Amino acid sequence: MFNRSAIVNVRSIGRHTVNGLWRLGYASRFFALILLQSGTSFRRLRLIIRELYFTGVLSLIIILVSGLFVGMVLGLQGYQTLQTYGSESALGVLVALSLVRELGPVVSALLFASRAGSAMTAEIGLMKATEQLSAMEMMAVDPIARVVAPRFWAGVISMPLLAAMFSAMGVFGGYLVGVVLIGVDEGSFWSQMQNAVDFREDIVNGVIKSFVFGVAVTWIALFEGYDAPPTAEGVSGATTRTVVTSSLAILGLDFVLTALMFRGV
Amino acid sequence: MLDLWVGLFVCAGIGALLVLALKVGNMSGFSVADTYKVYAEFDNVGGLKPRAPVKSAGVVVGRVSEVSFDNESFRARVTLHVDKRYKFPKDSSASILTSGLLGEQYIGMDGGGDEQMLKEGDRLLITQSAVVLEKIIGQFLYGKAAETGTEEAK
Repeated sequence: MFNRSAIVNVRSIGRHTVNGLWRLGYASRFFALILLQSGTSFRRLRLIIRELYFTGVLSLIIILVSGLFVGMVLGLQGYQTLQTYGSESALGVLVALSLVRELGPVVSALLFASRAGSAMTAEIGLMKATEQLSAMEMMAVDPIARVVAPRFWAGVISMPLLAAMFSAMGVFGGYLVGVVLIGVDEGSFWSQMQNAVDFREDIVNGVIKSFVFGVAVTWIALFEGYDAPPTAEGVSGATTRTVVTSSLAILGLDFVLTALMFRGV
Repeated sequence: MLDLWVGLFVCAGIGALLVLALKVGNMSGFSVADTYKVYAEFDNVGGLKPRAPVKSAGVVVGRVSEVSFDNESFRARVTLHVDKRYKFPKDSSASILTSGLLGEQYIGMDGGGDEQMLKEGDRLLITQSAVVLEKIIGQFLYGKAAETGTEEAK
């Protein structure tokens, strides 16, 4: 009744599902292990500081420059649209709200995933491929406590800071284009912005978002690296998967978080 | 050297958050501690939302914290948090106004002449509802129709 290829296809669906579940379970166990071992890495703060340099400081340039340009584009586009309704003075509100609520956390997390997340995966994958992780285990050093947990916390700490800098830079870019270049009134630009942006509703929610993205991105990046097949091909595949999976996770989580936070009271 | 850069990075991040809080947001707004609660009932609040400003003489003196429906009087019940620095007489009035033609709605408070000042939990007795554009247009049209009707009768 069924031909062979149909049966093979159905089988492969089942295999993919079981494999995916298996990996998800492994990833969750890995996450729990990171949290369990993070006490040790907080006692050795130097490790975290070293990783903060690689994940945070080195991502700074790309975050600041893209924040500036995103803000400038928002200023231009927002002005074009608002001008038709004669409410250019609301430009500050538009720029600030879209940056603080959405673009700041999301775009900086996407950049972070491709800039720092992929590097993390490649590094850990290569450490595994060259058996450095096994060597550590031989010396009774837990690779999760020594290598993985510091990177995790560095990512989680630097993500909200990077997102805040992205938003601040974007508002500055919007100011440059809107006020300095086009000539929107400076007073109404800032005062309307300050009236509309609420500290708890908008800024704190944005920080919470970027914190969640930081956890998701670093978790995915570290897991893909730790789970990568110890070959050159395996590491390159894992790096690609990190970028793809974490981008999807960021956008999906962003929808969920937005639905929870801004239900339009 | 590494530490210096990381320290700078963390400082810049916290600085950016502070800039967002102070320059972009209204962190300098009112916290719960230094405000007092006042209630007002309106027949119609229009598009009034929580967090809308309460203004008196154009100065922001507080914020709307809650808009709810009163089951007994069938009116809208609005809770206002007014800054403790500002005192209003007991017979002050509250009206719902619109900033600009299509702007946000806010509450305007006008001071009365009473000797006693508003306290925590007091109710504003004199209120004026939001202007509903459809009603005004409707009234205008009815008035116009009535006018032409009486003219034709003559």
